Amino acid sequence: MLEVKNLHAGVEGVEILKGVDLTVKPGEVHAIMGPNGSGKSTFAQVLAGHPAYEVTGGSVTFEGKDLVEMDADERARAGIFLAFQYPVAIRGITNAYFLQSALNAVRKDQGLEELDTLDFAELLEKKLEMIGWDDSLIHRAVNDGFSGGEKKRNEILQLAVLEPKLAILDETDSGLDIDAVKEVAAAVNRFRSEDRAFIVVTHYERILNYFTPDHVHVLAGGKVVMSGDMKLALELEAKGYDWIAGEAAAVAG
Amino acid sequence: MTRAGDPKSATERYVAAFESFAGNGASGAPGWLKTKRESAISRFAETGFPHSRLEAWRFTDVKPIAGEHFVLAAKPEVSAAIRQAADAQLLGGAERHAAVFLNGHFVPELSSLEGLPQGVKLGSLRAALESDAKLVEEHLTRYARDERNPLTALSTAFISDGGFAYIPDDVVLERPLQLLFLADPASGSNPMWHPRTLIVAGRGAGGSLVESYVALGDGTYWTNAVTEVVLGEHAKIDTYRVQRESVQAYHTATTESYQARGSVFKLVNFTFGAELSRQDINAVLDGEGADCTLDGLSMLEGRQHTDHHTTLEHAQPHCTSWEYFNGVFDDRARGVFTGRIIVRPGAQQTDSKQTNNNLLLSERARADSQPQLEIYADDVKCTHGATLGPIDDEHLFYLQSRGLSRQEARHLLTYGFGSEILEAVKLDRLKEQLDGMVRDRLSG
Repeated sequence: MLEVKNLHAGVEGVEILKGVDLTVKPGEVHAIMGPNGSGKSTFAQVLAGHPAYEVTGGSVTFEGKDLVEMDADERARAGIFLAFQYPVAIRGITNAYFLQSALNAVRKDQGLEELDTLDFAELLEKKLEMIGWDDSLIHRAVNDGFSGGEKKRNEILQLAVLEPKLAILDETDSGLDIDAVKEVAAAVNRFRSEDRAFIVVTHYERILNYFTPDHVHVLAGGKVVMSGDMKLALELEAKGYDWIAGEAAAVAG
Repeated sequence: MTRAGDPKSATERYVAAFESFAGNGASGAPGWLKTKRESAISRFAETGFPHSRLEAWRFTDVKPIAGEHFVLAAKPEVSAAIRQAADAQLLGGAERHAAVFLNGHFVPELSSLEGLPQGVKLGSLRAALESDAKLVEEHLTRYARDERNPLTALSTAFISDGGFAYIPDDVVLERPLQLLFLADPASGSNPMWHPRTLIVAGRGAGGSLVESYVALGDGTYWTNAVTEVVLGEHAKIDTYRVQRESVQAYHTATTESYQARGSVFKLVNFTFGAELSRQDINAVLDGEGADCTLDGLSMLEGRQHTDHHTTLEHAQPHCTSWEYFNGVFDDRARGVFTGRIIVRPGAQQTDSKQTNNNLLLSERARADSQPQLEIYADDVKCTHGATLGPIDDEHLFYLQSRGLSRQEARHLLTYGFGSEILEAVKLDRLKEQLDGMVRDRLSG
């Protein structure tokens, strides 16, 4: 589904990703872990097509299409979704209206009929029921005055409505207490399926206890320095990232 | 200011126009009004048109208005097309309450004044000068003061007609009172009108008003409007003001509100039209516990220019005011916003918040925002904030990452600026109309 080969990317001339390789198949959950400054969030932003980042080498293909050549909106319509670490507030636009506009942009692209307000309200109700949340967020302006937890929940609600093929969660657990992490993880679990893949970018393993990955990769210094399964995440939790830095240095040395 | 081939200055021309006005159609006015007009034209003769050396007029040059030879408009014929247009503009069906004006003249046949609630009055100021002489004399020109703005003085000099609304003590309206000022630029060459409106709400009165200025076609004309709104103790009034003049027209205005103890006033102000517009909004909170909200939206394009010069005066303690103005400027349009807040000595426990956000959709669009806080009391809370700039790249990326094209994302973000103010409109039909205006601007 997603094939990342020797990806180099940076911002304003500073290279941050220095040769990332990753292969994601449908149905898989990949965790990308790493210390601060390792390039994890950059990787998430580059996959989603943030225009500030420049790809300087390597390739990224998604279902055979060259992602690097696609704008953020084209990637989204192709089925890629990024749950932002810091979602921005859009004043004056309700969540419901925003979600309807976004969903219709995707549907239009797929040659499907756009949903009117009533049909969309029905769909939204079903999604909320599915993840067990009330509708308190949907009539407020997008992320405007939302608490940290509400913003993260809102990202997951968008995921639920847009039903991407590949969802990238960028530090969705950061700033949340353990109950909120569980709640968010439980919601995301509802959307795990054979056709849908996830990339979970996180500093800590705790969200992975509730959303178990098939593969765990450690990013350090802009490269994947180690890959494994959940055991690797637990090891990182026990030993910290300094251990990895040593291992990586040994590999490089 | 003298133009080549024009022996008289603009000021002299208006003084001459006043003399013929005072000698003709306006001669039936009561003595007190004649006196006010005389002193107003004397004041204008002294000051002339405002000029950019005055601090309050630094960003707005009214030379284009002074340079045109505007003449007081005659009352045009009411054609079937005008009748239809008026009907389309007004809210509600047969049961509505509406006073309609055409080029500054009250038009009874376009108005709907039947079935007003007991004691409620709506109609023309000219008629009210006779029918409600005492009330009009008590209030007219008392709040919007000639010395504060030469164009207000000019308005006072040319008082002849305009809107009049009165809501008696403890009466709460079910339906809005509508004042519609239509402009028919085709009816003459360079016409002008100075509609003067007085709105009085008694103690405990409540309701909403819609004051609209709408062009029926394109052309050069000048509307110089002054509206005074007086709220008795504990009155609660919402006013929606919509300016949709021709993009070749000039619109200058003063909207003045005066509030007694415990009253609640809300103005939601929309500016879409005119090549050049300037609106002074002055709100005086002169009774304890009064609350005032001023919301505004300007959406301009082409070479349009607007200037909103707002003053909130907290004269008594425990008053609250909320000001929220958004501007969206495209092409070479320009918006000026001044938010002056005065807290008088003794006006303790004032709570005032002012926000002005400006979105610049093109590199040549421009916005100027200036807060002016004058605080003479020590136990007050006054905050202000302003933003201006293009659409934020992070916002665009966020929306695009959800599948919206760049264009759709820009439209949605721009619409958000408008819809924030539309949310303050509590009349559904009006909100729909304005929503349509905002959407038209997006696709334009």
